[in-house]
Amino acid sequence: MLKYMIKRILFIIPSVFIVSVLTFVVLSLSPGTPGQAALGINATQEQIDAFNHSVGYDRPLPERYIDYMAGALQGDFGESYTQHNDVAAILIPKFPTTLTVAFLAVLFSAALGIPIGVLAALKKGTAVDVGTTTIALVFASIPSFWLGLMLMLLFSLQLGILPSHGIGTWKNLVLPVATLALPSAAYVARMVRITMLDEFNQDYVRTARAKGASENRIVFIHVIRNAMMPVLTNLGMSFAGLLGGAIIAEQVFGLPGFGSAILNAINMKDTPIVLGATLFLSFTYMIIMLVLDLVNALLNPKFRDSIEKA
Amino acid sequence: MVTKRSKKREEKLVKAAVETGGSQTRDIIRAFMKHKVSVVALVVLVIILIAAIVSGFIFSEEQITAITAAARLQPPSLEHWFGTDAFGRDVFARTVYGARYSLFFGLTTAALSLVIGTAIGSACAYLGGTFDIVVMRIMDSLVCIPSLLLMLALVAVIGRGMHGIIIALVVTSVPGTARIVRSIVIGVVQNEYVEAARAAGVTTPQIIWRHVLPNAFGPILVNILMNISGSIISASSMSFLGMGIQPPTPEWGAMINDALPLIRTSPYLIVFPGIAVLVTSLCFNLLGDGLTDSLDPHSR
Repeated sequence: MLKYMIKRILFIIPSVFIVSVLTFVVLSLSPGTPGQAALGINATQEQIDAFNHSVGYDRPLPERYIDYMAGALQGDFGESYTQHNDVAAILIPKFPTTLTVAFLAVLFSAALGIPIGVLAALKKGTAVDVGTTTIALVFASIPSFWLGLMLMLLFSLQLGILPSHGIGTWKNLVLPVATLALPSAAYVARMVRITMLDEFNQDYVRTARAKGASENRIVFIHVIRNAMMPVLTNLGMSFAGLLGGAIIAEQVFGLPGFGSAILNAINMKDTPIVLGATLFLSFTYMIIMLVLDLVNALLNPKFRDSIEKA
Repeated sequence: MVTKRSKKREEKLVKAAVETGGSQTRDIIRAFMKHKVSVVALVVLVIILIAAIVSGFIFSEEQITAITAAARLQPPSLEHWFGTDAFGRDVFARTVYGARYSLFFGLTTAALSLVIGTAIGSACAYLGGTFDIVVMRIMDSLVCIPSLLLMLALVAVIGRGMHGIIIALVVTSVPGTARIVRSIVIGVVQNEYVEAARAAGVTTPQIIWRHVLPNAFGPILVNILMNISGSIISASSMSFLGMGIQPPTPEWGAMINDALPLIRTSPYLIVFPGIAVLVTSLCFNLLGDGLTDSLDPHSR
């Protein structure tokens, strides 16, 4: 067990390496140099060269990467080109907003999606199943920015019960979280339904039935318990999508999170902020998946065995 | 001598595979036709596709973006079904024309990620070993980067517009396709008939082409349909964020972004293009759903 946990924790190192190399290399291909971004169009070539030299941009790529990662692992993501501040100092104050929105969205999508999925699986083939599955598919097909705008039209502009912009009270979070949570809940419901139906076909269900267990006991004691682990893993995976999707909800509802910082940075060609934000969110996601896998291993011997064999 | 015999055997095997494949196709089509909703989705998609193609012949890009100040901001009416925007342009015409962009993004991305993903996935499954481990690690790591963020970063590098969007969509959809193709191929390869073909001396590329891919086709097609739906949503999201197609081009996300300041006074400018995204992506999802059921022999 301990061996697996250590192995799984060490497993994160190649992931961090690959993600950081990919992001670093891709973003280093961006047009323009830091000097051009920082000094604007009026700067002379000498000034630009001098700036590039002062930030170490004229060194070869592998050297810059090692230098950057050495800092990044200690929480130093370099300095912004356009705002005279550290990337970490710019991004960290914005992180709680993004994290809160994404986390609440996961929570609500689970609270909404899991019961609906279980219900649909239990009533397989009935009108309830077809109805919920179809509604779920509709919500899974809605672009979240448009859903956000529609919610804003209805609840802020028509009914006037929720604010359309800004931050401060819990009311400001309702619409952004709903914007992210509704499509995500649709996804969760579909996934729970499929996982449950899979579990119903397992041998242990037949055994339990043969031994005379009541249908309720089978569902609540056996099936749901077994279905929860894959569902939890899937929820963790959808968290990455929600961290990214939070950018959209933040833009629609004017929340000061990662979204506006990243979009501004792309417009200003401020690569360090884009790089820092991307790595920051990717690492967050990797850590969440790591924790989920460890929990999974602790709770589920089957999973542990399959990993140890592999 | 050996080659001659194995050729004959191979032909027999291929014939068998083709025969079962043929009757399977009929079964699948019959099962699919029972899915009324999916059939409707298919019909709607064909209509959207025709509208997208025809609108390119009826309107020119200039007509679609031309400014008529006299007709600005008219609410939906018999003359202008979806109303007119701040520049007096007919929103219905622009929405129909916009299907060209969304379908183009969806289908191009699907085709590219199908080709690239299938190549990577089947190579991994077949070669195995270090190659498999390294490539799949890279694919898995790509999934660790929130896809919208990865797309934005790629657009930042490549630049806004068609190329940027398509490359961003392909990069984010290839890992999923590769993973699915890989697991399907590994599953199919374990079948006895592949073993038989190999024992008969059929070469690896031939086995992949003749036995593995035809069997893997269904699940991959479902994956591709879901991919198209996701790509259409992502492309419009990027344009909405101002990182994709730029106004005045009538891309649905760009139209919505353009109309944001008018949300209070002219909400129809935002409602209709959004419905277009929803209907198109929903139809691809419904199609994929119906196909999943009809491909599953148990539910047929």
